[in-house]
Amino acid sequence: MPQICFYAEHCKGCGLCVLVCPHQNIRMSEDLNEHGHPFAVLVDPARCTYCAMCGRMCPDMAIEIHEDAPSSQKDAKAATE
Amino acid sequence: MEFRRPKTLKNVLTHYCPGCGHGIVHRLVAEVIDELGIRERTIGTAPVGCAVFLYDYMNCDIIECAHGRPPAVATGIKRVLPDRIVFTYQGDGDLAAIGMAETIHAANRGENITVIFVNNAIYGMTGGQMAPTTLMGQWSTTSPAGRGQLGEGGPIKVCEMLSALDGPCYLERVAVSTPKDVLRTQKAIRKAFEKQIDGKGFSLVEVLSMCPTDWKLSPKEAVEFVNEKMKAVFPLGVFKDR
Repeated sequence: MPQICFYAEHCKGCGLCVLVCPHQNIRMSEDLNEHGHPFAVLVDPARCTYCAMCGRMCPDMAIEIHEDAPSSQKDAKAATE
Repeated sequence: MEFRRPKTLKNVLTHYCPGCGHGIVHRLVAEVIDELGIRERTIGTAPVGCAVFLYDYMNCDIIECAHGRPPAVATGIKRVLPDRIVFTYQGDGDLAAIGMAETIHAANRGENITVIFVNNAIYGMTGGQMAPTTLMGQWSTTSPAGRGQLGEGGPIKVCEMLSALDGPCYLERVAVSTPKDVLRTQKAIRKAFEKQIDGKGFSLVEVLSMCPTDWKLSPKEAVEFVNEKMKAVFPLGVFKDR
């Protein structure tokens, strides 16, 4: 099962991922990350089709898609906020 | 579907503004270098401009050049070390203003190098001054009334201009303002590197990119600016392929 991972610490809150998600399944957080930016979070993991459009538009490599489940607890937490 | 950070892109935060296209272009160049398996023999030449810290972000050899001189430096590297893959990464101020002479003559000589030209129609690092590629009527700090034909002249179209020369083997203009454009840009960059590997000569990929900060737009509006305004002035497509 693929896993989409959002790395909040890399996100600058530009929202390009929100703009291009074909399922409107990404939103910006209300909290700020350690750099003072809002960060992208997945709305509903079940609706994600792993098309990677968000990741390809992200200028900061804040989104990855892994074929296998994330190996660490940190990754798992990052995937769903 | 697997989408991960390419090995050629260091796992560090960049200094780029939110919504800037440089990060996307960095990743695409890194992906192509990974795909072609050429990281250990690739040497990049970095510009002066927003991409000046390229050596902090790319996990391959990078040489920082004087403003506008990456094609000249790349020429020297490629001639001394012809087995290396040599690319330049330049913005519009570096390539089309102070470095125009180096660009034209490297292209005219058909130097076997690859040029990645990021065109965001403004000087980014220095705070939004008019660049050679600034659109007609576009506001900048040095064209506060909008760029005009009489005072400033029109935007320079680098691909069209270089296509008049016999030297270049591959010229294409692409963008990074939609996912489809990003995929097309990756293919163009790959093809440009392959031309060099095959010894065909000078290849250049012009990438239309966003600069929300200096355009005084939101990232979303900057994407719309590229799609609606820049693509109308700088049409996408292949200008030379031989």
